[in-house]
Amino acid sequence: MSRSIKKGPFADPKLVEKVEALNKTNQKRVIKTWSRSSTILPEFVGHTFAVHNGNKFIPVYVHEAMVGHKLGEFAPTRIFRGHPGIKSEKATSPA
Amino acid sequence: MARIAGVDLPRNKPTEIGLTYIYGIGRSTAQEILTKAKVEGTKRVSELSDEEVSAIRSVITSDYKVEGALRSEGQLNIKRLMDIGSYRGLRHRKGLPARGQRTRTNARTRKGKRKTVAGKKKAIEKK
Repeated sequence: MSRSIKKGPFADPKLVEKVEALNKTNQKRVIKTWSRSSTILPEFVGHTFAVHNGNKFIPVYVHEAMVGHKLGEFAPTRIFRGHPGIKSEKATSPA
Repeated sequence: MARIAGVDLPRNKPTEIGLTYIYGIGRSTAQEILTKAKVEGTKRVSELSDEEVSAIRSVITSDYKVEGALRSEGQLNIKRLMDIGSYRGLRHRKGLPARGQRTRTNARTRKGKRKTVAGKKKAIEKK
């Protein structure tokens, strides 16, 4: 179910504060954040966020087309390195 | 013969049904179009006069997105997801379900025919 329009988009208030402070002083700094569930607001465009993926911070540069998505969508939490067993089989079969 | 939006309509079906042969038009849209064009929906496609056909045609071209335009819109939406590097875009690129469905089993619509990976049993036999 989608979020009520009455409430407006959700973004961590602290994060919005930080972005607005940067916008006021016209600065560009990487903002570290754990708030993956924050919606990307139009004010965020042009900033770079370091979004936590549970392990590392993934740098995400925000484009206009990303507005309306969540920050977490751009920092994948799983890395697929192929199925288990396939590589080891190749290694063991000649021996 | 009625040719609307590059699609031949089936002749001996009611117009209401015949219009649904166009991509992007279902039953309810078909009914909307017919009331706007002031054409009886139960009339067969073959019985439509030229004026009625052109009325329907003008309603569709002015108010609805159908066929190629609609298809390309959908493709563009997917392309946008892929270009901004979002999770849903990544899933589209890999041809896997994009809405959080399980992929341990099922998900055959997206993944296609089963590709069997052989060899897991051998390891157990050795032991």
